[in-house]
Amino acid sequence: MPRKRASRRLAADVSLLAVAVAFALPLAWVLLSAVDPHAGLRVKVPDGFTLDGFRAILTPDITYTPLLNSLILCGGGTALTVVCAALAAYPLSRFRSRLNRPFLLTILFATGLPITAIMVPVYALFVRVNLIDTLHGTMFFFAASQLPFAIWLMKNFMDGVPRELEEAAWTDGASAPQSLVRIVLPLMGPGIAVVTVFSFVMMWGNFFVPFMLLLTPDQLPASVSINDFFGNRGMVAYGQLAAFSVIYSTPVILLYVLVARRLGGGFALGGAVKG
Amino acid sequence: MKRPRAVTRVLPLAPALVLLLLFLAGPIAYCVCIAFTDLQLTGQAHSSFVGLANFRRALSDDAFLNAVWLTLVFTVLSALVGQNTLGLALAALMKRASKPVRTLVGGIVVTAWVLPEVVAGFLLYAFFRREGTLNAILDWLGLPRQNWLFTLPILAVSFANVWRGTAFSMLVYSAALDEIPAEITEAAEVDGAGGWRRLWHITLPMIRRSIGTNLMLNTLQTLSVFGLIWVMTRGGPGDRSQTLPLFMYEQAFQNSMIGYGTAVALLLLLVGSLFSVVYLRLLRTEV
Repeated sequence: MPRKRASRRLAADVSLLAVAVAFALPLAWVLLSAVDPHAGLRVKVPDGFTLDGFRAILTPDITYTPLLNSLILCGGGTALTVVCAALAAYPLSRFRSRLNRPFLLTILFATGLPITAIMVPVYALFVRVNLIDTLHGTMFFFAASQLPFAIWLMKNFMDGVPRELEEAAWTDGASAPQSLVRIVLPLMGPGIAVVTVFSFVMMWGNFFVPFMLLLTPDQLPASVSINDFFGNRGMVAYGQLAAFSVIYSTPVILLYVLVARRLGGGFALGGAVKG
Repeated sequence: MKRPRAVTRVLPLAPALVLLLLFLAGPIAYCVCIAFTDLQLTGQAHSSFVGLANFRRALSDDAFLNAVWLTLVFTVLSALVGQNTLGLALAALMKRASKPVRTLVGGIVVTAWVLPEVVAGFLLYAFFRREGTLNAILDWLGLPRQNWLFTLPILAVSFANVWRGTAFSMLVYSAALDEIPAEITEAAEVDGAGGWRRLWHITLPMIRRSIGTNLMLNTLQTLSVFGLIWVMTRGGPGDRSQTLPLFMYEQAFQNSMIGYGTAVALLLLLVGSLFSVVYLRLLRTEV
């Protein structure tokens, strides 16, 4: 039996590593090309090491402004999402009402809607109400599109905080808003971290929403401005494109690692989505 | 004991409700309205009600039917077959593998998932290009090379979606497999059930709810893929990888027919809603 188990483990290890190589090849390309003086389209050992790619793109026009725009857009959108979701989750989690179930079902239904499909009408609507090409308009839309899932997650995390603690606070004369801010929210720190990071990562990587709703080049976030490496700058400098991709992707990867660590393993989001 | 008043019960919902009504329900309602008009990108004033004309037009538009077909191929290949099966296989293998391998593979697959959509698009564009990594490997193996993005664009973007989306299925299935009690699998093993029979008669029935949920979420995510395909092929060459979201975009903006584009969007939204309802039914007991 033990020998059979060992050979089975070896078989599993080998097949997993084969899959891992296939998944790693495109990732290897971006990392190697970013420091390769003669970067092309295929994975190869760099013939030399250079930071010229990074040096060339670390200018206000190419990197700093788009990243700052991304930060404002996604930071604002996330803050809005988290505050609204935490407030909305409180009555849903704490007070019994006949409306809770239909509301939660609607919310859950909305998490499934393909947001891509409504972007054409959103564009038309934004033109009408003069929100087109504004950062705040895009921020509001980001928050609204992320809210259903954020409320759902937040409500589930809040259900995990025992009611008794809060009832004790009420007896001591605390109001509901006080007990939310002083007792419930501090106790669900990891939950809030998950909602925050998840919303931020989704917005940071989203291309279609800012692509449709923002027009002025100075306002474009990194997800849209990255396309300029192909269009406007003539010959594609793959080294620079790779260097930019690395810089643009690093924050979300770090954030994901941070949350995954805190919740003990990368399976937290999968589990949260499932339940 | 002081009980919270009615105002405290409803007021906290207000900001979220306002945002959802204005920016989510509003556009959906607007979508339904302008799908029945001939609204154009240029003149706002001249739109008029045209009834079902946009939908009738879609049904006789070869480009639309082509987009429906490609969306179907893309969804079946990448979501139902690719992400789902590979995700389950990875999760099952990881349960048996040694810890360092598990960590390494999990890390790489999840990184592909966390990367911004456009970056993933560029990485796979480079991978599938004529001068790209895939052809380099085929050369090395002595196999014929292909210009993948030209000859089989829909296959290339489907693989790209598998690369990007498998991690989600893997995470869902890892969690599901962890919940199967070890005694059950061991008992079957003692009774002499082989690997495939255990998979078919024990594992799959026990995780069937996760399978349903996962299939729905994969489908919904895949239906709304835009950036990945946009970066890799722009829907081309010609319209050979133009799925519904790209078709909708082209009609609305390249051809300036917002009304027609929105009608297509509404159809996509309806299909999405249908899947979303099925997803709700699967989750029914948990709400």
